[in-house]
Amino acid sequence: MAADIAGARRTPWLLLSPSLATISLLLIVPMLFIVVYSFWLRTATGADQVGFYLDNWIEVLGDRFYRDILFQTLLIALYTTVICAFVGYIPAYFVANTRMKSKAFLLLLLMLPFWISYIIRTMSWINILGTSGALNTLLISMGVIDDPIQMLYNQQTVVLGLVHYLLPFMILNVYVSLDGIDKNLTEAAQSLGCTGFQAFREVTLPLSLPGLAAGSLLCFVLAAGTYITPIVLGGPRDAMFANLVFEAIVTQLNWPLGSALSLVLLALLGALVVIYTRYLGIDQIAKSFK
Amino acid sequence: MDDTKRYERLLTRFRDGDISRRTFLTALGAAGVTAGVTGGPMGMLAKKAMAATPEQVRFDGWGGVVSEAFEKYAFAPYTKKTGIDVVSGTFGGADEYIARVKASQPGEFNLAHLSGVFDYARYHGLELTSELNESNIPNLKNVIPTLVEPLRKITGGTISAVPYDYGTTGIAYNRKYISDDEAKAKGAKLMVDEAYKGKIGGWGEWKTRIWYGALQSDQDPNNIKDIDAVWDMIRAHRDLALKYWSSGAELMSLLAEEEIYVTEGWSGRIKALQDQGHDIGYLDPAGGLGWQECLFVLRGSPMAACEELLNFMLEPEVAIAVAEGQSYPPALDPQKIDLGEIIPTLPAFDPSGTLKSLSFFDPAYWNENEADWSKTFSRVQRGY
Repeated sequence: MAADIAGARRTPWLLLSPSLATISLLLIVPMLFIVVYSFWLRTATGADQVGFYLDNWIEVLGDRFYRDILFQTLLIALYTTVICAFVGYIPAYFVANTRMKSKAFLLLLLMLPFWISYIIRTMSWINILGTSGALNTLLISMGVIDDPIQMLYNQQTVVLGLVHYLLPFMILNVYVSLDGIDKNLTEAAQSLGCTGFQAFREVTLPLSLPGLAAGSLLCFVLAAGTYITPIVLGGPRDAMFANLVFEAIVTQLNWPLGSALSLVLLALLGALVVIYTRYLGIDQIAKSFK
Repeated sequence: MDDTKRYERLLTRFRDGDISRRTFLTALGAAGVTAGVTGGPMGMLAKKAMAATPEQVRFDGWGGVVSEAFEKYAFAPYTKKTGIDVVSGTFGGADEYIARVKASQPGEFNLAHLSGVFDYARYHGLELTSELNESNIPNLKNVIPTLVEPLRKITGGTISAVPYDYGTTGIAYNRKYISDDEAKAKGAKLMVDEAYKGKIGGWGEWKTRIWYGALQSDQDPNNIKDIDAVWDMIRAHRDLALKYWSSGAELMSLLAEEEIYVTEGWSGRIKALQDQGHDIGYLDPAGGLGWQECLFVLRGSPMAACEELLNFMLEPEVAIAVAEGQSYPPALDPQKIDLGEIIPTLPAFDPSGTLKSLSFFDPAYWNENEADWSKTFSRVQRGY
């Protein structure tokens, strides 16, 4: 009897062992290396000085420069998330409630951007918003403006690029949430005297909030960790925290400092995920990928 | 006993039947994981992996027309002649490549087309240099001595690379908006001219920004006395600039699309724009920045095969063909070799072969300040 119980307890672990081994090897072990690296130092030649030094951590946590860029990064991620939530809710609502036969086709359209490289999609804005891009050319040809407007290379275009990148994540999460709502509930609300808008506000919107929250979490985390978009669409000052990590590791060859910086970002975004999981449950995000 | 010898012994034991195939593969796999897969702290446990086999060498370059020229005029004939394959890879920038090499094991990367003496010194600082047997590279005698000497100075008389081409980072401007006379009169200060606010670009690389900041504050870039004045100039440029570009393709696009009217630019890239019909002027201002590119052999590489490839690539017809393909003059001495009709028309070409008209980074001076200046530039760039 005791042997059976022990065997039953072992079985899940045995079944999980390939996944656990993979996660350990590809995620936990490299992350431990990064932790170790963060306590090393970069020498003048660019080589690493092995040891246990707190210098990088003191610099990262004590320097206002890093705090400011981190704050700017979180602000950009917040703008992006809010815009994605507003802009993404409408198409998600439409797809979830449409009676068109081509619902599957609409969902396929949502997935289409993922077939094109993120960098190419980001760079496409240069051809749209550039001085001799499509929008300026159109406005000039219509006589609306005489000279091209400078629209590129500022924080707004960075946010625009991020919204373009992350919008499908938001729409899919909200769609999954809306699609799971029992339509009878809104009909019941309306039969009890609610207007269409009141039914939406009192029933649909609250029930779709978990999807909205899941989409927001995904958008926020992905936006806060990006570095390509500011490089392509940002001006000289527009940088996000991941750009500092890139610069420390690649340009300055300061892997120890880069490791400490990346751990700060990881810890912050990880804390967000933990808070979300605590109150809403991570399974909501998984639903949109099913 | 080093790891290479250890691998050889392991292989011999397997071939002799002393160990089973399973044991051999297990040992090799375990070594691979510790030496190759993980790198970083784990790499300390195994500092060497197997070097590339002599049947092939790996070459990494800038991609685009440069790699196409290498492939067509150098690698294919070399492979045909020697039977040694050249595995060609690309990188986006010198910093990216050095980070990749640092993460690799000796022998994983062999040859690279690297920028300037500054990077040569960085590789030496990281103990990644090799020692070329110059008797295996007879064509080295045709190379401009001024380009070889700085390399020797860094590596104590020996060399780990051969110079291959050179160019300048001068001022490129759109002639529709800026005349040649204006560019000449203003020189480096053209890029901090408020009249062109929002139409100014610049390479977002700390060395170039500091070099031009020094020129704009009337200082010798290799002997800066007032670094605060340089930072002020960099801030002034930053506030006037629309964009810091990060690649040659982006530079060309910004100028061609008239997003910017003036920027620093690489001589070969500007020549390519001019050849495409864009009315872009190019000026090397007083104290303008010259640089060389070299073919660098990394530590742990199969030296004989690499030296043979270097000698082949320095053959005049190969070097000239590659130079014409990438629009940068070859490192061959025009006093010794007839460079044909096209090379003398390329920007930055020096018919004397002395390169006295160009200013180069002093590697000792710039390396000494690298850690401090690159970090400070990161802050200044972001508004500090």
